[in-house]
Amino acid sequence: MDGLNFDLTEIPLRTVNDFLHKEAPGQGVKKVTIANPDGAHNIAVGLDFAVEVEVIGHAGYYAGGMNKAASITVTGSAGTGVAENMMSGRVHVKGFASNGAGASMHGGLLVIDGDAGLRCGISLKGGDIVVGGSVGSFSAFMAQAGRMVICGDAGDALGDSLYEAVLYVKGKIKSLGADAQIEPMGEADLKTVKDLLAAAGMNHDPKDFKRVASARSLYHWNADANQEY
Amino acid sequence: MSEKPIQREESFGYDRKTIDYIRNAAAHGLYEIRGMGAKRQLPSFDDLVFLGASLSRYALEGYREKCSTKTILGTRFAKKPIELDIPITIAGMSFGSLSANVKEALGRAATEVGTSTTTGDGGMTPEERQSSKTLVYQCLPSRYGFNPDDVRRADAIEVVIGQGAKPGGGGMLLGQKVSARVAGMRTLPEGIDQRSACRHPDWTGPDDLAIKIQELREMTDWEKPIYVKVGATRVFNDVKLAVHSGADVVVVDGMQGGTAATQTCFIEHIGIPTLAAVRQAVHALEDLDMKGKVQLIVSGGIRTGPDVAKALAMGADAVAIGQGVLIALGCNHHSYFQDGEHRIASADYSALGTAPGFCHHCHTGKCPVGITTQDAMLEQRLTPEVGARHLKNYLKTLNMELTTIARACGKQNVHHLEREDLVALTIEAAAMAHVPLAGTSWIPGVTGGM
Ligand code: SF4
Repeated sequence: MDGLNFDLTEIPLRTVNDFLHKEAPGQGVKKVTIANPDGAHNIAVGLDFAVEVEVIGHAGYYAGGMNKAASITVTGSAGTGVAENMMSGRVHVKGFASNGAGASMHGGLLVIDGDAGLRCGISLKGGDIVVGGSVGSFSAFMAQAGRMVICGDAGDALGDSLYEAVLYVKGKIKSLGADAQIEPMGEADLKTVKDLLAAAGMNHDPKDFKRVASARSLYHWNADANQEY
Repeated sequence: MSEKPIQREESFGYDRKTIDYIRNAAAHGLYEIRGMGAKRQLPSFDDLVFLGASLSRYALEGYREKCSTKTILGTRFAKKPIELDIPITIAGMSFGSLSANVKEALGRAATEVGTSTTTGDGGMTPEERQSSKTLVYQCLPSRYGFNPDDVRRADAIEVVIGQGAKPGGGGMLLGQKVSARVAGMRTLPEGIDQRSACRHPDWTGPDDLAIKIQELREMTDWEKPIYVKVGATRVFNDVKLAVHSGADVVVVDGMQGGTAATQTCFIEHIGIPTLAAVRQAVHALEDLDMKGKVQLIVSGGIRTGPDVAKALAMGADAVAIGQGVLIALGCNHHSYFQDGEHRIASADYSALGTAPGFCHHCHTGKCPVGITTQDAMLEQRLTPEVGARHLKNYLKTLNMELTTIARACGKQNVHHLEREDLVALTIEAAAMAHVPLAGTSWIPGVTGGM
């Protein structure tokens, strides 16, 4: 089965999600279109097979949450927690994304063409996030692994309490969070940014980006560092 | 020269414990981190007693007559509620804080007695999934190791807002326990002192939580019960909000609840006792007319069969046990059983600066009896077989005590125990539990005179 269309004004989302979980993988469904989402929450969550899903319009919270293998596009904007805990696959938001975009992602690629709200990439555990616009405060908070490319500006406390995730920012950084530091871009960084921009379909010069990573001074309790644990 | 008599008047405010605390703070500039739960004396279930049957109530014959312990959790929305043989469950404890052997032992014992066990921070291990017939999968603020495949593999999902030992705080796992396997599961560098977030990354308030719970339901096609766990603070409001958010089951963890590693100031000074918490939780459910529709699990300092019976009589549907389980496995015991013989562990306790009976050193990763460790040598001190045997005995004993008490109160079902079966021995307990002071009809704050 190649293409299927669901109109959320006619069919409940629960039925669509249930179909995508249970029947679609066995029926060889390759592409699904979801029309009239009208900001519905939890569209296409928990997918577990390689399928293309296009959401035509705006999605509410957690669109594409916990995705594995699927490629999900939201043609409008997405609410809080888009692609949260994604394991693999791809989620593409053509508009803006609200708070917590890509929160605790473990893998896959999240592309946001517009801006992202607060805490983008919070608790990131792997995978890649590319934001065409700017990100809000506390983005990449406690990010453990993975990479973020921010083509616009970053808000306050970028990368607070970072572990091993690496952030690349083209625009201004309002402030860095505890233990985050700007580091020189190496050849590998330039290549990473180039590849991620290409994967996201964005066009910028990698040389214009700064690298932000952890100073690793919070990795161990240390009274002399005046740590506020 | 005559010796001067030694003055031994100890200060109440600056006793030896306080002097030690100040000297330690001055020496290290860091607060104390430790394991286990509150050590201070608190109003507890010990301050309540049952009114057994006599002329006004019929007792059931103590050993023979049927007394059901069957417990069903998650009847509100889930297509597949959890069915347990006993109302005593194993509380969430992480692989990382506990060894893989211990997690397996918990699963085996729980399965044998027909109850559930629960994962913890850091994700689900294959050993615990395999050994547990009924496994509750926690969704914690850190989301360490959180994996949709495990969500699908779980029997229920518990969204953890807080823990009784540290309401408002995140977890910790000190570097000694962040082994290669633990680090791999949590995507962290090996050996670092791991901090866990105290807030969920993708939602902030109860309105968001309602959507998060719906996501988990959509993700699992509305099959699995969703629990919401709160550390006991403003319990009345929190339970109401959890119910409004769509929880099938609310878990309330009182301040006696344990931890593998938390600041002592948290453990002893934040949160309210389980006794006060359970009453508030039940009151909230009654106020919403949700008693029996949303189930209540109570944890934090549940140690004995009478504790279980009192929690149920107060209105809980089930209890969850953590520290009692560890003690059943050998925590704070002077010896451990390895290679067919009992071996004395006193020297290992001494090396930690403690002794059997006083240990709260789970945070060190050097558990003398092999429970809270990731050390390859130490963890062999407790095999899954031995651990499961002891734990099964403990759970069976609690259940026998529970049914004994229920029968004595004339109940054919442990869930028929009620607040009316209880009286309090202290004014504090009477006020907290809303049961009369023994020998009176006085409930402080509720009824008038004695
Ligand atoms: S004996 Fe082990 S489990 Fe018990 S308190 Fe000590 S370190 Fe923790």
